[in-house]
Amino acid sequence: MKNDISFILNDRIISDKLNPALTVLDYLRNDLHLTGTKEGCREGDCGACTVLIGTLHKNIVSYKPVNSCLMPVADLNGLHLVTIEGLNGDSLYLIQEQMVDEGGTQCGFCTPGFVVSITGYFLQNDKYDFEKAVEVLDGNICRCTGYAGIKRAFNNVVSRLNYDTKEKKNRIEFLVTSGILPGYFLDISKKLEKIRRDTVDGKQGKSRIKTGRIISGGTDLYVQQWENILESKPNFISGDEELKQIRKKGKNIIIGAAITIEEIQSSQLIQKFLPFLYRNLKLFGSLPIRNRATIAGNIVNASPIADMTNILIALNAEILVESRGKERLIPISNFYLGYKKTAMKKGELIKAVSITVPSRYFLFNYEKVSRRIHLDIASVNTSMGISYKHNKIIEANISAGGVAPVPLFLKSASNYLLGRTVQNNVVKQAAEIALQEISPITDARGSAKYKSLLLRQLIYAHFIKLFPDSVRIEGLV
Amino acid sequence: MKSYDSIQHVKGESKFVDDILTPEGTLYGYVFYSPIAHGKIKEIDFSEALQVPGVLTIISASDIPGENQIGNVILDEELFASKEVHYIGQPIALVVAESKIQAHKGAKTIKIGIEELEPVFNPREAFERGNLIIPPRVFSLGNVNDAWKNCDYIIEGQTESGSQEHLYLETQGCFAYPTEGGGIKIVSSTQGATTVQKIASRVLNIPMHKIEVDVPRLGGGFGGKEDQATPWAVMTALASIKLNKPVKLILPRQEDMRVTGKRHPYSSDFKIGLNKEGKILAYEVVYYQNAGAAADLSTAILERTLFHSTNSYFIPNVKATAYCCRTNLPPFTAFRGFGGPQAMFVVESAIHKAANVMNVEPHFIQKKNLLNEGDEFPYGQLVENCHARQCFEVAETRYKLNNISKEIDEFNSSNVLVKKGLAVMPICFGISFTSTFMNQASALVHVYVDGSVGISTAAVEMGQGVNAKITSVASRVFSIDPLKIKIESTNTSRAANTSPTAASKGADLNGFATMDACNLILERLKKVAADELSVADAGTISIQDEFVCIDNKPTGLSWNKLIQQAYFKRVSLSAQAHHSTPGIFFDRDKSKGNAFAYHVYGTAIVEATVDCLRGIYEIDSVKVVHDLGKSLHQVTDRGQTEGGIVQGIGWITLEEIIYDSKGKLITDALSTYKIPDINFAPRNIEIHFLENIPNPYGPFQSKAIGEPPFMYGIGAFFAISNAMKAFRPAKTIKYNAPLTNEKVLMWLHSND
Repeated sequence: MKNDISFILNDRIISDKLNPALTVLDYLRNDLHLTGTKEGCREGDCGACTVLIGTLHKNIVSYKPVNSCLMPVADLNGLHLVTIEGLNGDSLYLIQEQMVDEGGTQCGFCTPGFVVSITGYFLQNDKYDFEKAVEVLDGNICRCTGYAGIKRAFNNVVSRLNYDTKEKKNRIEFLVTSGILPGYFLDISKKLEKIRRDTVDGKQGKSRIKTGRIISGGTDLYVQQWENILESKPNFISGDEELKQIRKKGKNIIIGAAITIEEIQSSQLIQKFLPFLYRNLKLFGSLPIRNRATIAGNIVNASPIADMTNILIALNAEILVESRGKERLIPISNFYLGYKKTAMKKGELIKAVSITVPSRYFLFNYEKVSRRIHLDIASVNTSMGISYKHNKIIEANISAGGVAPVPLFLKSASNYLLGRTVQNNVVKQAAEIALQEISPITDARGSAKYKSLLLRQLIYAHFIKLFPDSVRIEGLV
Repeated sequence: MKSYDSIQHVKGESKFVDDILTPEGTLYGYVFYSPIAHGKIKEIDFSEALQVPGVLTIISASDIPGENQIGNVILDEELFASKEVHYIGQPIALVVAESKIQAHKGAKTIKIGIEELEPVFNPREAFERGNLIIPPRVFSLGNVNDAWKNCDYIIEGQTESGSQEHLYLETQGCFAYPTEGGGIKIVSSTQGATTVQKIASRVLNIPMHKIEVDVPRLGGGFGGKEDQATPWAVMTALASIKLNKPVKLILPRQEDMRVTGKRHPYSSDFKIGLNKEGKILAYEVVYYQNAGAAADLSTAILERTLFHSTNSYFIPNVKATAYCCRTNLPPFTAFRGFGGPQAMFVVESAIHKAANVMNVEPHFIQKKNLLNEGDEFPYGQLVENCHARQCFEVAETRYKLNNISKEIDEFNSSNVLVKKGLAVMPICFGISFTSTFMNQASALVHVYVDGSVGISTAAVEMGQGVNAKITSVASRVFSIDPLKIKIESTNTSRAANTSPTAASKGADLNGFATMDACNLILERLKKVAADELSVADAGTISIQDEFVCIDNKPTGLSWNKLIQQAYFKRVSLSAQAHHSTPGIFFDRDKSKGNAFAYHVYGTAIVEATVDCLRGIYEIDSVKVVHDLGKSLHQVTDRGQTEGGIVQGIGWITLEEIIYDSKGKLITDALSTYKIPDINFAPRNIEIHFLENIPNPYGPFQSKAIGEPPFMYGIGAFFAISNAMKAFRPAKTIKYNAPLTNEKVLMWLHSND
């Protein structure tokens, strides 16, 4: 099966018939012999294959980095795909020059990914701040430099550029004149407009497919599985507009299934009504992963250690599933039946997630400890949503990941807390009860003993953070 | 000077093996590996695999025309397991197909019957059973037995140091195609072009001159491609010759992690004796090296462990014993430091434990025992051009060690849940291959008629910047713009009988060879210039900034013109030179000799912060004073230092290799094996290179840089440990690396 796919690759329009399940990485390297994009791990953990994708919205193209090893070419339609080859000119551009001068490159294998990610930062931001800038490199691994040279190079570019929005140049114009981008970027929005016009009629009506493997962001399904997916004729839903909305309905915030983690973070609705959700997603994957991974993907994957799911349990979220037009709501605490087993029936698809806007008594904390802080899967993660009124706990939901076959709602510990006042012995007892509810195993992320101890510590951490005046550290740890 | 390689890298234009455009009809290989750690192969069935569409052939031991033997130091390793398997991941066959996917499918359908034998994974257990690859090695100085009675403190202990995955970003890979007359060209991602050539010759049963090995560049090596690039290259060549087609084999990341060797884990026992003043009088140590299933480079690595058993200290009485223990894990191999880090971790643990017992700062003991000029190493070499104390003292004052120490104490007394710790880490690393014969290299220099220069040496560029350094040498000898110089790929037809690019020696050996070759041409050019300019004494001629000078005064004769004149005068514009390190020798029977051309010294101050509630930590800063000699390329030297430090920190803290009870690697992907990322790397790395310290044993007074900085990372272990101890002062530290979050939390909050 091959689909027509039209997009812009660097400075040229491409229309090709492709197996839609082919990864962008393989397409670039094998079909087009654009070998600047490297294969380092095929699981979105090294960033050597980072590319930028640009989306046209109201005449402005906005760019974001993604891992080309986890992205199907199906999702390229109508986009601007930027690879390292598209960031070259006759002489070096500023980022490249600084990387050379500051020793930001040694063996060179990871380097294109870094250059692309750094370029992405300037394409995404108008105000530059080095401390924040470095966050865009949370998905890029370098084994040679120790990152010191890369930081110097990045910092030099950040401190050299000053985008004055009053100058009436748009961001792309500014970056072109500042020696960050090649000139062809100026014409991309027009070209994308043309592609959109040319293909709008040819697009098939969106009938949501009920059978076969469904791929949304692909950040989990493509991990080490590209060969199988190539032959499995999956259905790609990440472009489904109906699944891509965040809205408020009564007291609930409804997040569409195909909303990505970054879209949640940047949603003003979320920032206003669910600020704790927005604040706690920095440790979810990496920027390129967050740009592709979707909320439904995180839920349906049913990983016992999923970050988003962990948070949603403490928010008492509900999952809206649909089959043949029939919808039903499943509370997330009832959603997981066993290891990688959910309450969804065959043919059902997650449509959205519904979260009730909490009251003003609501407090929330998220804790995650992994081997490495960034871009890592937790050894244990836990969230606590708690409503505290007149020194009494009136509502408590604590979740725990990595300590059971499913993302766990700590029911007994949560119930125990109801009606109680936060103080050391209550916290200790809640943690004690929590440890009776879990069944951790020893694996690559730690021993069972460690995970137990860690969960206890992280439950303490919830209370130390949310109730600094009610708990005494000395008596607790 | 912008290095040529860096410019290619930032544009994404550097060509690694997998980037080379392959001819149409190129076939792909996929390896079938042993699923069992130890056993006898009873039956193997390829029939179903051969039915997979696109699969052309499956190559195994019986297809080998020469010897089924890839051992380099000791002949104990088959290319394809024939009768027994010795580790999970041992190659048994190569499936060759028209596409990668087909080859993989073929490999998945191979059926094998193995009668399982009992495996051994622990080196001490292997030792108990007598599974040693070579007899025990011992280095000694003075007499420890007599010395103990003079000690006021005798402290004993055990240490563990973990393995480490190289995680070169470019996985192992090779591309090979047949050449006329039954020859083969092998494009390999290897640190040792000649090793591949030699072993391919043995396995294929064709002479070395029919095998051309070409190494464009490596996407990282770190030792992982010194010996272990060989099997992939040789099996690809074998398939290519058998099918008379180009064949490519690139290991997928997960497979590379599962089947290739890593840094050797060590389990060690120490006993250290000191007097009241903190002077170390005696040190006894026993290393149990986990060598894995085959010798690989383990014996040489074991030897370097012994060489570095006392790190940067003079200890008058030393007995160091090392066992090379054979286990059923993938053969462990070279990794930056080559056994040195493992040795240094033990002696630093011994000092740390002694300091805790004596209730003094470890750096008090460290400083007291630093090497001085004229001291004797346990292997008999005398300390020369020593900068151990100088580095230590400059670090102390430059970075205000006392102030840092005071600030940390204050911080710790006012914080309950967060603690800080500090450690000082001096290093001393010997530069030379400890197998003396390997200290040789060659260079072939061509000056083309347009004035551009092409240089081929034995050195492989893998990110360490050897090309930039060789460029620097040639540009200084000729006094021409570095942009006129290109360093060619490493190729066995242009540089024969090469040593692998390893032991931090690439720039030293190949730099000297390049210097010699360039000088041969320069002398000829001076004669041509003297002739052209009618100067009687060619000795007054020099080339400066691309112009011929007489008595240092520029003439109008430019480099380009001079080259053309030389060509028309039929003067050779090419030269080849060979260099071998003078004055080194080592007697393996006595374990004594001047094994090293020189030593590199330095001191790091490492600070860490531990969140004692969650058991997580950050390395705040690493501040270094390093003895570099005169830099050949500053961007490279700084980068090597910074990169080495972070890699060393990774090894001692974060990076954990875990096998299950059957010997299967659990941490076999980047999702489970974590290396430092940009957030984990210390926020602050400060490097100060000692100024005006020439080194007569390096080209233009330079010093080797590749490995030594790695060992600064060891300081992170002790900085974290000291912070932990501030939380639980009464508890004894365990010297068990890597110091993962799990170990930190368990130590802080449990009673075992």
